[in-house]
Amino acid sequence: MIKMKNVYKKYSNGVVAANGINIDIDRGEFVYVVGPSGAGKSTFIKMMYREELPTSGQIFIDGTDLSSLKNKQIPYLRRQVGVVFQDFKLLPKLNVYENVAFALEVIEAAPSEIRKKVTDVLALVGLSQKARMFPNELSGGEQQRVSIARSIVNEPKLVIADEPTGNLDPDTSLGIMNIFEKINNRGTTIIMATHNKDIVNSIRHRVLLVEGGMITRDEYEGEYSYEG
Amino acid sequence: MKGRTIGRHFRESFKSLGRNGWMTFASISAVAVTLLLVGSFIVVMMNLNKMADNIENDVEIKVVADPAASDEAVEKLQSKVEKIDGIASVDFASREEELDKVIKSYGKELSLYKQSNPLGDALYVKAADPHNTAAIAKEIDTYEYTAEVVYGAGKVEKLFNVVKISRNVGLILILALLFTAMFLISNTIRLTIIARGREIEIMKLVGATNNFVRIPFILEGAWLGIIGSIIPMTAIAVAYQQIHAYWQPKLVNEMFQLLDPIPFIIQVDGLLLFMGVFIGVWGSLMSVRKFLKV
Repeated sequence: MIKMKNVYKKYSNGVVAANGINIDIDRGEFVYVVGPSGAGKSTFIKMMYREELPTSGQIFIDGTDLSSLKNKQIPYLRRQVGVVFQDFKLLPKLNVYENVAFALEVIEAAPSEIRKKVTDVLALVGLSQKARMFPNELSGGEQQRVSIARSIVNEPKLVIADEPTGNLDPDTSLGIMNIFEKINNRGTTIIMATHNKDIVNSIRHRVLLVEGGMITRDEYEGEYSYEG
Repeated sequence: MKGRTIGRHFRESFKSLGRNGWMTFASISAVAVTLLLVGSFIVVMMNLNKMADNIENDVEIKVVADPAASDEAVEKLQSKVEKIDGIASVDFASREEELDKVIKSYGKELSLYKQSNPLGDALYVKAADPHNTAAIAKEIDTYEYTAEVVYGAGKVEKLFNVVKISRNVGLILILALLFTAMFLISNTIRLTIIARGREIEIMKLVGATNNFVRIPFILEGAWLGIIGSIIPMTAIAVAYQQIHAYWQPKLVNEMFQLLDPIPFIIQVDGLLLFMGVFIGVWGSLMSVRKFLKV
């Protein structure tokens, strides 16, 4: 599903965020990406939906080489990849329903399809009752669930989440994790960058430790702990 | 692109006008104010231009025939003048008519000259293109039986020069105003779009194509242009008709005539509408472009 070969990324300010990453992630896997702040987790993730391009090396998503992707093709890649942002990135002037429907409108889905899929996905994340509310009327956890709903509504093969439980209390975080588990059980690959030790250690999955732009540990059913 | 997507773009563009109320108001005001300026200026310039045309077309050559020349000789001279290329008209005035004119201007005392008229017959010649007046006058001067060829040498050249300069200055001013208008309006639109940079970023991140993002903004720019130009269009149409109705009867015999409101106003309004839409769309396009690189 995801394959990285000797990926190297140096930003224009001189920071090296990826220093020779090689990784293989299969379809249907659930992968935690852990590591200290500034270690390159976000860059690692952003390169998967081509918000950032590697300086050298190759990244394949589902067989497509991202470095050879033309600008015009990027939107079609992003439709295969659902992204959950730490800061939610919801449109403040649209209500919950519209925010989720937005991802389907963009790909020109039929109105009947939009209605059905949005209703279903809002039920899945437990927000059916709040469909008509606006983002600023919701709690952080609820906004995060809207963001998740939007990322999965067009049934992508891959969902990438950058610290989805970053600002949430433990109970809410568990709720969010339950949603990810459900999606994963349907066969969707999930990549999740996180600092949440409790979750990584209690809900066991493959763990990638990113330090200094490199993957220094790759363990199935791994633990969170890292030195430093 | 699917039909319902086009419908969606139209709906979105209208909704967005309402959602961004103050910014919409700011953009429309900018369009309205600048186009009102540009429009008024065009109206004034076009009328001055018409006046310049009138003045230029009024330039004529007076050919005075030798008083000693016979009627046949003068007739010959007239037919010769008429054959010159680029002549619009040749009017004959007999020596008696010429004397009457002089008497009318300078007083009855001169009627004494009626007994022995010192004047010659005269030909009034107009060139098809007023700028050829000098050359034609020179040509006529070489013919037989011409006592004098007068066209206001020097003065005419100066007049043409003044008209030419004022036309160019007017054109430059209109262009400068247009440029300012484009800058002002596209800047206002840019502000409204910068405020929505996040929206565009999110659209791109969930997989919207560039056109999908762009088209509602382009439509919105067009609406801003249309709504913004309606005010100056109406103002200029109403004001010009009032001015024309008030002034034109008083100017009947003057060299300065106002342009008829139809089709003049329709042309000016059409131009304003076109500029409004063009500037609106162009401003949107330029501003969105920057945010599409996500």
